[in-house]
Amino acid sequence: MDALKCDLLIVGGGAAGLRAAVAAVGVQPDLDIVVVSKVYPMRSHTVSAEGGTAAVLRDYDSHDLHCFDTIRGSDYLADQDAVELFVDTAPKEVLQLEHWGCPWSRDRDGRISVRAFGGMSVKRTVFASDKTGFHMLHSLFQHSLRFARIRRFDEWFVTSLLVDDGKCVGVTGLDLATGRIQPILAKSVMLCTGGGGKIFPFTTNGNIKTGDGMAMAYRAGAPLKDMEFVQYHPTGLPGTGILITEASRGEGGYLFNREGERFLERYIPGKMELGPRDILSRAIISERQAGRAFEDRHGEYVHLDLTHLGEKVINEKLPFVRELASKYVGIDPVYQPIPVRPVVHYMMGGVSTANDGSTPLEGLYAAGEVACVTINGANRLGSNSLTECLVFGGFAGEAAARHAQSTGLVDSGRVRAAARKEEQRIEQGFLHREDGTERISGLRGEMQTAMEKGCGVYRTRDSLLETTRELAELRERFADVRIDDRGKVFNTDLVAALELDFMLDVARCIAGAALTREESRGAQARVDFPERDDEQFLHHQLSLISEEGPRLETQPVTITRWAPEERKY
Amino acid sequence: MNKIDITVIRYDPENSPAPFEQTYTIPYDDEMVVLDGLNYIKDHVDGSLSYRWSCRMGVCGSCGMMVNGEAKLTCAVFLKDYPQGVQVGPLDHFPVIRDLVIEMDDFMDKLRAVKPWMIREQEKPVEEGEYLQSPEELQLFRQFSMCINCALCYAACPVYAADQTFIGPAAIALAHRYDMDSREEGQDQRAKVIGSHEGIWECSFVGECSVVCPKHVDPAAAIQRSKVQLTKDHILGMLWPWGKS
Repeated sequence: MDALKCDLLIVGGGAAGLRAAVAAVGVQPDLDIVVVSKVYPMRSHTVSAEGGTAAVLRDYDSHDLHCFDTIRGSDYLADQDAVELFVDTAPKEVLQLEHWGCPWSRDRDGRISVRAFGGMSVKRTVFASDKTGFHMLHSLFQHSLRFARIRRFDEWFVTSLLVDDGKCVGVTGLDLATGRIQPILAKSVMLCTGGGGKIFPFTTNGNIKTGDGMAMAYRAGAPLKDMEFVQYHPTGLPGTGILITEASRGEGGYLFNREGERFLERYIPGKMELGPRDILSRAIISERQAGRAFEDRHGEYVHLDLTHLGEKVINEKLPFVRELASKYVGIDPVYQPIPVRPVVHYMMGGVSTANDGSTPLEGLYAAGEVACVTINGANRLGSNSLTECLVFGGFAGEAAARHAQSTGLVDSGRVRAAARKEEQRIEQGFLHREDGTERISGLRGEMQTAMEKGCGVYRTRDSLLETTRELAELRERFADVRIDDRGKVFNTDLVAALELDFMLDVARCIAGAALTREESRGAQARVDFPERDDEQFLHHQLSLISEEGPRLETQPVTITRWAPEERKY
Repeated sequence: MNKIDITVIRYDPENSPAPFEQTYTIPYDDEMVVLDGLNYIKDHVDGSLSYRWSCRMGVCGSCGMMVNGEAKLTCAVFLKDYPQGVQVGPLDHFPVIRDLVIEMDDFMDKLRAVKPWMIREQEKPVEEGEYLQSPEELQLFRQFSMCINCALCYAACPVYAADQTFIGPAAIALAHRYDMDSREEGQDQRAKVIGSHEGIWECSFVGECSVVCPKHVDPAAAIQRSKVQLTKDHILGMLWPWGKS
């Protein structure tokens, strides 16, 4: 079994991974960097981000205001030292990306434009029309191409982290084109694999968002933090879950119920459509429960009305919204309101990291949605996540590069044996087994239903216990999974099985952490514990692997200058 | 529910040297795109069918295939528009790895060859702020920055079909995107790459690339404008060999 080797291995080629790779080149130009991804980098899910990326660029804005908005939005669960570092670094990163060619939208005077966004007190969200993530990703990817020292292993699926003597020393990767499973040894390993929206049935996330990095870190003994917090975006298209960007409200769109009311008046009159996502998603569900939503065969929904913005504004600022609504629901938003409903969008939780992206597992780093620093706490503000990829992707890339400079490659018999064992697990457990009966899609569908039913927007002790029980049963049945495809070459059936394997672990962590947090905070809404309880729960929860499933520990929240107070808008 | 026949041109290099057709009859409704049909097959009928996809909203660029002989993003075309049944195959003009999965190496190499990054003689420090750019200046290249790298234009290009060394529509559009950017100074370097191969001169005004482009990038316009620029540079180079104005 041959081993591939490098200094720094970055798993994932989205915004965080590519930013990290470029940052690592800055630390040492001849560092041997490999970006390994299960897709070509420009397919990474960063590409689907629409609305924008936040940074303090205007005189009317301030460091403290962006910090406060983020911390209040997080329902006081963000670590405030991380938030301060984030807000401090954000403008430099946005300008850096401009220097690398990103086509940010511009004001008449040639400066980078900013727009309003939910939970942000002032206009501070930088954007590239309504394809911000697409342009950021392509700009970063194209910029990365100039560095010969950034090697890419495109379409390699990483299946596990290799750990030796308490250190992460590499990964095992499945080369999709050949079916070969090989160790890739590295002095530093960094996870930039994004979130896991596909754990739920209705999500804005692409098919590739299956929580791979979170599950691999968890299995390797690294703690996952704040996993209970799953963000529902208020405005997805019914049926498909396609994202209709928050920028449509930032540019002035209204939400209406069936009775023609701007119903947010009842819930968040001070912010209305520019309220944070957790509150708006719950407001829409309350309208449904009160019988004031529209209904069709895809379920209940409300209206997002842009018609008063006019064709010119929509074409200039929201052309992708117009394209998506026209194509996928047959609605032209210039003339008709768009049907929308809350949809799983983002995971606040992830691999627990320090501000430099390091994890408690030596040699392992993480940044982006897969990581939990945390600037997002219990609820992320829209347009903070793309900036987070840049800021903490950069820091983590530098820290991982410096770590690689200070340590040697571990290529021992033990590591090789661990890699061979992983190869056997995949070949004997999946590829060559003849007796499986459970279809991947069947198990996946049942997992998604169990998560939405018991661990969705509203949760109770009973619903979470039921979901946990169902997940345990699905885990048992997964042992009997069948794959149709026995081939080695580009076996997407095998990949789907391994992804489901990952998702089942991450789902267990989400439900487990939601159960022990007996309060409502940010995206966690417990019907049986409707109030925030700082006395007992102003802390993070860490999920650690154990025989019986995730074991929970607590970790204090870092408070610097903003004492927790009631979250009012 | 209505039923539809989806015929897939498959290829399984481990078991059969030649491609073969396989037809699946599946239920469908008016909202299903061709990709949904493939997903139905994979989830419920035959898990061995291989293809790429992710975002299902026309922006990741993964799911380009030949649909009844035309290069399409399968997440952007609806089954209801093919009531007689639909044939799905891998993108033309690319080697096939497996079923609907094509080899992208050549395409990726070509993107890199045009130096798709900011080239400037002097870098301004980030601390000094952004390079100012007016909305009009942005408009000059914006369209060419919309390419999602789906490679449909290569599957439609008659020049690439005949000569795979041709750098091709998406790469030329990408070069043009940077050339037209007011912040940019690397036009000469890219001209060498694009002008060095006769492919660009062989490109007729057919414009198939722009017809199939799902994002209206119009690579054909980029190619024609590049030709004009290269010709102008060439003539100026003859008139003033010591340097262009």
